[in-house]
Amino acid sequence: MDQLIFFINKVLISGTVLGSIYALGAIGVTLIFGILRFAHFAHGDMMTLGAFVAFLLALAFYHYGITFPIPTGFVVLPIAMAITAAVALGIDRTIYAPLRRRGAKPVTLLIASIGATLMMQGLIRLFFGTGQYSFFDYGENKSIIRLDMSWLGGSRPITFTEPQLIMIVVTAILIVALNYFLTRTRLGKAMRAMADNADLAQVSGINTQLVVRVTWIIAGALACAAGTMLSLDVSLKPDLAFNIVLPIFAAAIVGGLGQAYGAIAGGFLLGFAETLAVFNWATLLRPLQGVLPNWIVIPPDLSLVPTEYKLTVAFIILIMTLLWRPTGIFKGAST
Amino acid sequence: MSAVSRAGLLYLGLVVFIVAVGFWQGTANISLLLLQASAFALVALGLNIQFGYGGLFNFGIMGFLMIGGFAVTFISYPLNLKFWDSDGPLLLLRALIAFAAGFALVWGARHADRIGVKGGWKIALTVLCWFVAYVVYRSQIDPAAEYIEKTAGFVGGLGLHPVLGWVFGGVLAAGVAWIVGRVSLGLRTDYLAIATIGISEIIRALIKNMDWLTRGTLTVSPIPWPVPGPQDYQASGSDNITSFIYARLGYLAATLVVVAAVMFLVQRAYHGPWGRMMRAIRDNHIAANSMGKNVTRRQLEIFILGSVLMGVGGAILVSILQIFDPGSYQPINQTFLIWVMVIVGGAGNNWGALLGAIVIYLVWVLSAPLSQALFYFISDWSTRVGWGAIPEIDSRAPQMRVFVLGVVIVLALRYAPKGLIPEVVRRDR
Amino acid sequence: MPLIEVKTVVGGYGGAPILNGVDIAIEQSDIGVIVGPNGAGKSTALKAIFGLLKVTSGSVVFDGREITNSLPDKLVPMGLSFVPQEKNVFVSMTVEENLEMGAFVRRDDFSDTLEEVYGMFPVLKEKRRQPAGELSGGQRQMVAMGRALMSRPRLLMLDEPSAGLSPRYVLEIFEKIVSVNKAGVGILMVEQNARQALAFATRGFVLAQGQNRFTGSGAELLADPDVAKSFLGG
Repeated sequence: MDQLIFFINKVLISGTVLGSIYALGAIGVTLIFGILRFAHFAHGDMMTLGAFVAFLLALAFYHYGITFPIPTGFVVLPIAMAITAAVALGIDRTIYAPLRRRGAKPVTLLIASIGATLMMQGLIRLFFGTGQYSFFDYGENKSIIRLDMSWLGGSRPITFTEPQLIMIVVTAILIVALNYFLTRTRLGKAMRAMADNADLAQVSGINTQLVVRVTWIIAGALACAAGTMLSLDVSLKPDLAFNIVLPIFAAAIVGGLGQAYGAIAGGFLLGFAETLAVFNWATLLRPLQGVLPNWIVIPPDLSLVPTEYKLTVAFIILIMTLLWRPTGIFKGAST
Repeated sequence: MSAVSRAGLLYLGLVVFIVAVGFWQGTANISLLLLQASAFALVALGLNIQFGYGGLFNFGIMGFLMIGGFAVTFISYPLNLKFWDSDGPLLLLRALIAFAAGFALVWGARHADRIGVKGGWKIALTVLCWFVAYVVYRSQIDPAAEYIEKTAGFVGGLGLHPVLGWVFGGVLAAGVAWIVGRVSLGLRTDYLAIATIGISEIIRALIKNMDWLTRGTLTVSPIPWPVPGPQDYQASGSDNITSFIYARLGYLAATLVVVAAVMFLVQRAYHGPWGRMMRAIRDNHIAANSMGKNVTRRQLEIFILGSVLMGVGGAILVSILQIFDPGSYQPINQTFLIWVMVIVGGAGNNWGALLGAIVIYLVWVLSAPLSQALFYFISDWSTRVGWGAIPEIDSRAPQMRVFVLGVVIVLALRYAPKGLIPEVVRRDR
Repeated sequence: MPLIEVKTVVGGYGGAPILNGVDIAIEQSDIGVIVGPNGAGKSTALKAIFGLLKVTSGSVVFDGREITNSLPDKLVPMGLSFVPQEKNVFVSMTVEENLEMGAFVRRDDFSDTLEEVYGMFPVLKEKRRQPAGELSGGQRQMVAMGRALMSRPRLLMLDEPSAGLSPRYVLEIFEKIVSVNKAGVGILMVEQNARQALAFATRGFVLAQGQNRFTGSGAELLADPDVAKSFLGG
């Protein structure tokens, strides 16, 4: 029983948390790709930017001594998402839209998005230096929830933090809301239509400019949510972005570029794959030591991949996907 | 104005710029900057071959620079006798045998259809063999790594001449490029970009964490200088600064020879039938394919050739710095900087890439002191107005150059998408 | 006053012009059919009306309003609709969602139009929850036409509606086009099955090398020996 609890604590919870963040980020990447047909590399920095926006808002609340029953980071999240969405729109206006009007190829936009990445990263570091920040350095506590498992014969509790719990709830709400938007609303359907066949969408009289704007709003807002929640779970760093943008792209590609649901699946798949890969299986097997013959000794460390290679797991899955099924599990764009 | 005279004017401007920087920074400093710029020029030429000639999106330049850096460290760093006297080589040999056995196992599984194992069974067998091979290799390499790190630190080098290390950097980069190319060429452009980023991150993780081989974040230094170093000149009576200038200019002469030779070769290749075919493939993939050109094979050639230059450039850079620090490699400094060089200079034009490399490198380096000065200026002003000084200027100001780099990319794409010296499109049929 | 009037339009995709002075005019009661050899600029003429390529000289007037080089999101609300030849359905969306996209420009309740379209193509009602990508070629063409009708156009333009269809479906699609016209929608279409289409056309336009060669009613063109010899395969 304790082994199961250990497994839940180490894999199920952290996998879900990581998967939520990857999924929210990957949705943005995949939507932008579906509508504008380019890989938006600046997405990681949009997440970092969103996280810093939320952080500044939270600081304002701390400053005036306003407290809430849940971490302030979550309370300010809607405002931060709105601000980040506005920034995303602004970036599109100033950087990408002029190139699109000129009829630039998607690869040019891809390179431009690297320019945007560097600009955002430079600005963030300019203002926040290179240090680490935490939402919980200002009087709030990261409360830990322990579910007693003694009634099932476990000696240890299932443990997770309050932010982790809220984060999973928020992700679920956002995904349900997105699903509603894409399948039930006029604009959401228009967005799917444009991702499916941009020329026909234009011919049908769909206002493609409007769809592009909505895409940036959603992508920016979700990026902010993902970035903020990541920094609520661990810490806030200006170079949060680069470590996260690659697994997010991996998730989007594994799920099939352009497929919102694929991005969600890909996000959770990668989140769990990373956690499982560094999980130390020895702890699960140790109780078997009594049954096994003496010459088999379970080594203390039986993880598939050493922890320092955790990030490479995402790339290896990405590369395997590209080799075997380049369109992703949900059949994304291939041309 | 003809294309040639435009390029000539730009290069003239560059010379004036360099001389001006020289007066500002001093001869010793400008010679070091030029030396590093010449190594970056080599890397930029490599990217120009890949992107400018072939339209290939290699966003994994950092990985190839690290490979080059490792290669020259391994070749030119002195022998580590502690390692050679220990059981380390033996353990490594066993790990190598385990690797070979694993490789054979996987290879066998991939050809299992010859003995009648097909379909899903073959896939299952292959996956199982990969797993077994991985476990067997790990079971040998992990204790070997631990032993070497404990007894000898790391395997050390071979103590050979650095130029051999440069060559080895090129060879190693070619090998890796072959594998990377086999895996990811043929993918659509943005997938290729992401796949190469992923691979370079894997390379970085490996080099950073294989302490037994590379010493990881503990860094290796001093790596020998390929030409007479400052100490040699000091021994023969030069003063400090003069010795640095002599040593750096001597090295610069060596790299300029390499750059000139490479430039000559790639220019010839570009104007020859090979270059023409490459451009045909870049501009019209499908047509070239239907004309019976083996597109993926040609792209592999381009990819390897460009990567070799990146490997050599990376090796030369490490020889200059005399330290191999895997922790110092960042995609911004080592991948995107090169992209800016090629895009600003002019993708598809070697002279453009060369110009872009030198200009952007100088701008990149010099914008740090410039932005620092700017910050102090603003800080002074804000103090006088009563808003207080800007805190931590020294750590923040260098970040300005990241921002500047981003602005340069965006402006270049918008106002000069073909670069300073655009590709000369000739209608030769 | 004609519903649509194309006056000596010159245009193309940026290079050499493909249309070198095309004239087309039809009334709302007309079925106009454009025929001609490959590369004559038939489809291009439709796209020029619909703002999908640059018109460099000449003008397009719809219902008395100048619409030269206007974009579809302006034209659809005015009452123009276009069915492209290829890729004319949203393959990942259901049949009903496809039809809804045709009504994107409408902010009123369009459920009655939806029922009308289902009434015209009963098979679509049956399959309304299926992704359009799973339908057969003929059914896709119905989805495409249905989508274009959802905005309640006054002029429906179709680019080779019979391309790639089996003879049975060709007939069915043509019948639907005629009944749409009877319901008061002007039709302008490009057709490869020239004889068949001219048989029910009230106006026919023979284009060659981006210019009008013959213009007349469908019956006149079919009866003209020159047209028959040069463009209808004898």
